[in-house]
Amino acid sequence: MAKHKTPMLDQLESGPWPSFVSDLKEQAQRRAKNKEGVEFQIPTDVVEDLLGVLELSFEHGRTHWKHGGIVGVFGYGGGVIGRYCDQPEAFSGVAHFHTMRINQPGGKYYKTDYLKQLCDLWDLRGSGITNMHGSTGDIILLGTTTPQLEEVFYELTHNMNQDLGGSGSNLRTPSDCIGSSRCEYACYDTQGLCFDLTQEYQDELHRPAFPYKFKFKFDGCPNCCVASIARADLSFIGTWKDAIKIDQEAVQGYIGGEFKPNAGAHSGRDWGAFDIQKEVIGLCPTECMIMDGKTLKINNKECNRCMHCINVMPRALRIGDQRGLSVFAGAKAPILDGAQMGSLIVPFIEAEPPYTKIKEEVIEPIWDWWMEEGKNRERLGELMKRQGLQRMIEVLGVDPDPRMVQEPRSNPYIFWKEDEVEGGWDRDIEEFRKHHQR
Amino acid sequence: MAFISSGYDPKQPMKDRITDIGPRKFDEFYPPVIAKNKGKWLYHEYLQPGVLVHVAESGDEVYTVRCGGARLMSTGLIREICEIADKHCGGHVRWTTRNNIEFMVDNKSKVKPLLDDLKGRKFKGGSFKFPIGGTGAGVTNIIHTQGWIHCHTPATDASGPVKAVMDELFADFQDHRMPAHVRVSLACCLNMCGAVHCSDIAILGYHRKPPMLDHEYLDKMCEIPLAIASCPTAAIRPSKVEFKGEKVNSVAVKNERCMFCGNCYTMCPSMPLADTEGDGIVIMAGGKVSNRISAPKFSKVVVAFIPNEAPRWPRTTHIIKNMIEVYSKDARKYERLGDWAERIGWERFFEKCELEFTHHLIDDFRDPAYFTWRQTTQFKF
Ligand code: HEM
Ligand code: HEM
Ligand code: SF4
Ligand code: SF4
Ligand code: SF4
Ligand code: SF4
Repeated sequence: MAKHKTPMLDQLESGPWPSFVSDLKEQAQRRAKNKEGVEFQIPTDVVEDLLGVLELSFEHGRTHWKHGGIVGVFGYGGGVIGRYCDQPEAFSGVAHFHTMRINQPGGKYYKTDYLKQLCDLWDLRGSGITNMHGSTGDIILLGTTTPQLEEVFYELTHNMNQDLGGSGSNLRTPSDCIGSSRCEYACYDTQGLCFDLTQEYQDELHRPAFPYKFKFKFDGCPNCCVASIARADLSFIGTWKDAIKIDQEAVQGYIGGEFKPNAGAHSGRDWGAFDIQKEVIGLCPTECMIMDGKTLKINNKECNRCMHCINVMPRALRIGDQRGLSVFAGAKAPILDGAQMGSLIVPFIEAEPPYTKIKEEVIEPIWDWWMEEGKNRERLGELMKRQGLQRMIEVLGVDPDPRMVQEPRSNPYIFWKEDEVEGGWDRDIEEFRKHHQR
Repeated sequence: MAFISSGYDPKQPMKDRITDIGPRKFDEFYPPVIAKNKGKWLYHEYLQPGVLVHVAESGDEVYTVRCGGARLMSTGLIREICEIADKHCGGHVRWTTRNNIEFMVDNKSKVKPLLDDLKGRKFKGGSFKFPIGGTGAGVTNIIHTQGWIHCHTPATDASGPVKAVMDELFADFQDHRMPAHVRVSLACCLNMCGAVHCSDIAILGYHRKPPMLDHEYLDKMCEIPLAIASCPTAAIRPSKVEFKGEKVNSVAVKNERCMFCGNCYTMCPSMPLADTEGDGIVIMAGGKVSNRISAPKFSKVVVAFIPNEAPRWPRTTHIIKNMIEVYSKDARKYERLGDWAERIGWERFFEKCELEFTHHLIDDFRDPAYFTWRQTTQFKF
């Protein structure tokens, strides 16, 4: 018998999509039976109470969680999110229900022995409920009590060689796309760079010293599978400088219908025979492709690497060989002044280990500037807005580049600096008056 | 239950302490075929919705079966995933950014047994544990935030609406009939832990009532200056208030300035704003993050408010389902929802999707609003 009646949640058990309610209920039963004889370190009925309090939220249309106050592990400023239930008497199992963020491995690849070890730990010391994964990328262990936080951390670090992720005003857990490990579009090793920077900046990740949160995200190409351009303070997006490689025979394979366009992504509907003119050449945003007889030609100098033609004909077209990445800065969600996309600050930089240029010429100067001049709770994108892209260019010590703007300014209100104007601003009024009467 | 020590000694927290070690290194977890062919993949293909093959220069192939998952997941279910991965995939598995689970095998002959195994697994309640799909020109899993299961500021639930919407869109999770990818996401408050602002369709929880003020406790439970500083619109000021005949320190909120963000509640538990009638859902549409053909763009608000209709949010699911249907019939191949709306014009979008255009949908928030008004004679009747 379930501890709490959950008539509203029960209605989410039907339908084809995986039901989290069914999963929670089955987990509650597993805990109650406890076949393995685990000495649960937090209440056995924690999942029952989680279902109970969620049902109450469904009834009320309001959450029953309170903000956590300061909980954490010694020496770290993040990685734990404190959470208390506002109905602790009715749902004592979740009265304290803190979350731990566990820094996920690159590409979210796992071996099962690791996952099982994590499950054993979380069954013993927590609710056995997780998020695979939170939207930042971390594995989220959802719900334990304060005394278990250090115990979990100790076991993670000592037995699993595994650290917590970031939360608070620090570097948030960086995350990456699957990249070159399984994607032929990747222009650099997203997992390599993500891991390297995560290790390099452990102090920034665990000990808040920033004005606000800071996110790195790594997309291997302009398809942006991890949405870096929309949600990272610094987005690293793979790109190339030379020509798209063309296999003319494979192009004919697409034209002849031997290969399915877009790798078969449109197989659910009859869109008619593949028409390279209409579907590829006509949709190229820069109009830089033509068919010359049986030869597909790309004017690579004019290509802006939007990926469309490569996505449509992956067997015929491949990214170029002179690879690296572009850096975008300042994306953030709408609060406060509206959402911001990342703005291009470095059109091209090589991305080979040990990534020294990326660290010393991009990341660190930007952090120095932001820590010096950023206001409390001011994201990098807001500082950029306040002080201008010009200031960012100064900080990076790079030359202005028309690639950095969508278009030049349409107002002439240029704030000239004194040293830019011949002769400076100090002038002699008497000298002027010799030629211009009062 | 007896306390079991991990070895940690609270009296000597620094003893044997290990810190700053970071995550496990990705290549410890690569399946052998991935480790061998990294950086040497030639091309990929969707064999059917949810099933991919990647072919490497070496001639090696890796077959991937993608399954939808609720990101809220028990250890029991993770153990079952491990069992499947042990049985079919040499003990390897991965997750995607959008909460899908991927099982990979290195030989075509291993695909069918894996598919058969996955299809047969259901929860006792009847839903699939591992529905296969989420690829290509279809609707993939919804990326989402915590909602009522764990967060303190949500204006709607996350897991509940996601389940309700995905049940409704399920056929398109398992199909490739859309003109292009359709990315749906959900954030349960306007802090938007989840890039919903750049999705084809975004479901956003929104409060509509300013915080209540618990004057009796406010000064005792909160740092008043922190609460004031937390407000993005400077709507909060310090105030002395009469409470049961006594003057107490508290705050006052200029309600008409409040944008219902909940930041003050994060700083000060005596300023709750959750409300049964006040809270609900905003629907946004037409965003994207990919640079394919057109530039990334933000989603636009197309429905200002839908009440929370737990447990299945029928109006929300209906509006989304309808919008996707209209888009799928009207858009051109490769055209994302936002590109379609821009081509036909937003006036036509509202007409075709049978959505009411109310004054709430006209931007009035700060400078950028001006540039969203129509400044050309080019419009449609
Ligand atoms: C005033 C601003 C913000 C507040 C008060 C806030 C608060 C929170 C809280 C309380 C959580 C924990 C939810 C839980 O696990 O119970 C959270 C999660 C998160 N926040 Fe924020 N946040 C803010 C701004 C942001 C911004 C600007 C970003 C990113 C650009 C962000 C990204 C995230 C992410 C990625 C998570 C994890 C969500 C998940 O579990 O998937 N937050 N935030
Ligand atoms: C309290 C504030 C916020 C929190 C807690 C938060 C948290 C998160 C988290 C956890 C993710 C992880 C998504 C993933 O890896 O799958 C995420 C993704 C994202 N966030 Fe935020 N965020 C916040 C605010 C914002 C804001 C203000 C923006 C934009 C202006 C934003 C834009 C994005 C974008 C674009 C993504 C990518 C989503 C995707 O994968 O498609 N976030 N956020
Ligand atoms: S962002 Fe590009 S490289 Fe990375 S997984 Fe997506 S398509 Fe592949
Ligand atoms: S990548 Fe885009 S811009 Fe470049 S040739 Fe292909 S379609 Fe045209
Ligand atoms: S979107 Fe808002 S309510 Fe939802 S988990 Fe994030 S901070 Fe909490
Ligand atoms: S909800 Fe946000 S805008 Fe409203 S008073 Fe609180 S902090 Fe200010």
